[in-house]
Amino acid sequence: MLGFGGGPSTIPLVHKEVVGTFKWMNDQEFSDVLALGNTLPGPIATKMAGYIGYRVGGIRGMLNAVIATVLPTILLMLLFLTSFNKVKDHPRVEGMTNGVVPIVGVMMATLTWDFIKKTRQGFGWKKGVFLLLGSFIVMEILNVHPGIVIGGLLIIAVTMSDKKEKIEIQVKGNSESL
Amino acid sequence: MIYIQIFIAFFIPGIIGYGGGPASIPLIEHEVVSRYGWMTTSEFSEVLALGNALPGPIATKMAGYIGFEVGGALGAVTGVLATVAPSLFIMIVLLRLLFKYKESPKVKRLSMIVLPAVAVLMAGLTFDFFQTSYFSNGLWSTFVIAMVSLLLIERWKVHPAFVIFGGLVVGAIFLS
Repeated sequence: MLGFGGGPSTIPLVHKEVVGTFKWMNDQEFSDVLALGNTLPGPIATKMAGYIGYRVGGIRGMLNAVIATVLPTILLMLLFLTSFNKVKDHPRVEGMTNGVVPIVGVMMATLTWDFIKKTRQGFGWKKGVFLLLGSFIVMEILNVHPGIVIGGLLIIAVTMSDKKEKIEIQVKGNSESL
Repeated sequence: MIYIQIFIAFFIPGIIGYGGGPASIPLIEHEVVSRYGWMTTSEFSEVLALGNALPGPIATKMAGYIGFEVGGALGAVTGVLATVAPSLFIMIVLLRLLFKYKESPKVKRLSMIVLPAVAVLMAGLTFDFFQTSYFSNGLWSTFVIAMVSLLLIERWKVHPAFVIFGGLVVGAIFLS
């Protein structure tokens, strides 16, 4: 509840409660669960909450934990946005909306930069740029649904033999066949 | 019917959004704005702005609110369920199996290989936001607000919630 700024920022807080306050797990177990959570898709905070809740209290513990993570902020969100929508047509409120759009743009830009940096760390500059351009062409110019592209990439990752050099060739083949 | 659509719109980002909640934002946008047309880009950015200003995981907040807008309370439940359930299910069922292959390069590669695709999607969304702002605010206001908020967030580490609040005030005074 206190973790502003999206799922990843709540992890240290979850850690403090689970390992520190309630002693449901030790440090090693917690970091194992976290590492695994990161290799799976979807939001990390609810995955952690669900899994730890399940270990501590079975199905009911899982439901409790997920609801506790998700519900308070969704209610807040509904409260704010529905009251906001009632006064939407007022010119001042329109101005407020306009003022926020570029800020969200900046936040999105910094997130983009994070992911580009991670791409570079993972693949190096050459392959990174190649992959970025490849996915740009397939998704934005050929208008392939991003789900198909990401699904294709995941299949490549699983079926690929463990030699890294093959990434390039197979991605090329993939984008051509799409 | 609408509930099936809501489920699909959030199930896809939930199952392929590697890299945590933020990675699924452009995927959600693709479904909600481009595919189903439930919102405009600027409405979506409002929801995202408020979601960023409030605590808690971003993906479920988006799913809950957009689900509610489109299909009422049941829509909200559907959206959240579609976001949370698939990956949680995998985690609980496959945990033992995954532990075994934790060190396998394949598992590591899974989360790495989608990074460039997600980066491109995010870049596209960034472009959409600036374009929307350019059409409603003009070039200079967009540029000034963007630069100031970039400095505030990145250089002086001001919390995004305050910056968004500042944007609301500035917008109410100058952009109406």
